[in-house]
Amino acid sequence: MFQKLFFYASPQSFYPLAGRLWPLFALAGTALTAWGMWLGMFVAPTDFQQGEGYRIIFVHVPASWMSMVIYLAMAFWALLGLTFNTRLSGMMCRALAPTGAIFAFLSLWTGALWGKPMWGAWWVWDARLTSELILFFLYLGYIALTSAIDDARRADKAGGILALVGALNVPIIYFSVKWWNTLHQGASVSMTKGSSMAQTMLEAMLIMGMAFWLYAIAMALYRVRSIILVRERHVQWVADLPEVQAMRAHALEAQS
Amino acid sequence: MSAFVAIVKRDLTLALRRKNEVITAVFFFVVVAALFPLGIGPELNTLRLVAPGILWVGALLASMLSLGRMFAADHADGTLEQMALSPNSLSVLVAAKILAHWLLSGLPLVLLAPLMGLQFDLSTNALWILTLSLLLGTPLLSLIGAIGAALTLGVRGGDVLLSLLVLPLYVPALVFGAGAVEAEISGLGASAHLSILAAMGLVAAVFSPWASAASLRIALES
Amino acid sequence: MIWNSAADFWAMGGYGLYVWGSMGMTFGLMALEMLWVKQARAQALKQVALEIEAAQTPAKEWHS
Repeated sequence: MFQKLFFYASPQSFYPLAGRLWPLFALAGTALTAWGMWLGMFVAPTDFQQGEGYRIIFVHVPASWMSMVIYLAMAFWALLGLTFNTRLSGMMCRALAPTGAIFAFLSLWTGALWGKPMWGAWWVWDARLTSELILFFLYLGYIALTSAIDDARRADKAGGILALVGALNVPIIYFSVKWWNTLHQGASVSMTKGSSMAQTMLEAMLIMGMAFWLYAIAMALYRVRSIILVRERHVQWVADLPEVQAMRAHALEAQS
Repeated sequence: MSAFVAIVKRDLTLALRRKNEVITAVFFFVVVAALFPLGIGPELNTLRLVAPGILWVGALLASMLSLGRMFAADHADGTLEQMALSPNSLSVLVAAKILAHWLLSGLPLVLLAPLMGLQFDLSTNALWILTLSLLLGTPLLSLIGAIGAALTLGVRGGDVLLSLLVLPLYVPALVFGAGAVEAEISGLGASAHLSILAAMGLVAAVFSPWASAASLRIALES
Repeated sequence: MIWNSAADFWAMGGYGLYVWGSMGMTFGLMALEMLWVKQARAQALKQVALEIEAAQTPAKEWHS
C-alpha cells in the first residue's frame, strides 16, 4: 500500500491522477452546493431571533471552517515536504494557499455582513472574527513570501516553515485573542448562541461545509497541475504531454 | 559555550561601532510615545487608558524595525555561511545573535519604558509592570522575529515582507504584554499575564533558534 | 416551500442586502477563482510550450 503512495509522490505520476480526480471533486462539490443551498434557502425555517438574516451562516460558517482546514492541510504538506524533501508536497502546499486565503476573506466579508444587522457594526472585535483576520494575514504572508523568492525549492521550504510556525501559533493566537476579548467586555453575542439550531439549519450548514471542502480539493488538484507543468518543464515527460504538444503546434501557427 | 559568548561579544562590538542601529530603535520608540499624545489630546484620563497599548505597540514596532539587520550583514559578507559550516551548532550561534539583537534593540526600550510611561501619567505600579512586561516580552519579540528574518534573508522587499510575516505572530505577546499593564491599572493584578508571557518566552527560547537555524540553512543552500 | 412569493425571497425579511451581499460575494469569488486557475493553466502551458520550442529549435527566427 505504501508503495502505491510513494508511486504517486512523483510529480510525473501525480499529474495524471490529479487530472482524473479533480472533475470528480468538482462534480460532487457542485451537487452538494446545490443541495445545501436548496436546504438552506428554501427549506430551513425562519430563525426565531434573527429573522432571515441568519441564512448567511450557510456560507459564513463553511468558509470559516475551510479557511482553518486548508491551513491545517498546508501545515501537513509543509511537514511532509520538509521531512522527506519531496517536491510534490511543497507544490500541494502552494496550490492550497490561494483557496484558503479566499475562504478566510469570505469568512470576514460574510461575518461583517452578518454582524451589521445583528450587532449594529460592520466590524466587531469578536474573538473569532479577530482570529480569522489574523489567519487571513498568515495566508497573505505565506503567499507573499513564496511569491517573493525566485528559487522554487527555497520558496517551498521557506513557505513550509512559515506555514508550520503559523499553524503551531494559531491556537496560541486564538487563545490570546479570546482572553483579550473577554477582559475587554467585547460583544458577547455568538453566532449560534440563543437559538438552538433547527435540524435543517445544521444539516444545511454541514452539507455546505462538505461542499466547500470538495470545491477546495478540486481547486487544489487543478492548480497543482499547472504548478507541476512549470516546475517540471525541463523533464521529457512534460514535453511528451498531448496538451503541451498541442500548445506548441498552436504557438507555431501563431508565429507563421 | 565560548562560541556563544564570542558571537554575542562580536555582534555587540560591531553594532556599537555603527551606533545608529541602536539609536534607530530607541528613537522610534521615543517618537511614537511623544506623537500619540499630540494626536490624541492632553487629557490625562484618556492617555492613561491608552498608554499600555500605545507603548507596547511602539516597542513592538521599534523592535520589528531592526529585525532585518539580524542576519543581513553577516549574510552579505559570507560570515553566515562560515557559521553554518563551523563545527558549532548553528542553533547555538543563532541564539547568540538573537541575544545580541535583544541587548541592542530590546533592552534599551525596557530601560526607557518608565520614562515614556510618565508621559502618560501612569502610576508607579503601572510603570513597574510596564517595564517588567517589556522585559519579558521583548526577548519573545526578538525570538519570533528571528524566524521571520531568517526566512526573508536576501529576498526582494524583505523588510516589508518581514513585517507582514511577523505581525500576526506578535499578537499574543502584545495581548498579554499590554494586558498585563491594563490589569495592573484596573486592580486585577498582572501576575497571570506576566506568567503567560514568561512561558511563551521560554517556549520560544527553546524552539526559535532551532527554527531560525533551519530557515537560515534553507536560505543559504540556494 | 417557505416563501410566499419571489419578492419575499429576494427581500429576505428585510435582510436582503446582507444575505445576497454575502451569497453574491461568496459564489462570485469562487467563480472568479475557477477562472483564475483556468487562466493559470493556459499560461503555464504557453510558457512550457514556448520554452520547449526555444530549446529544440535554436536556429528558428522568432518574432517578438
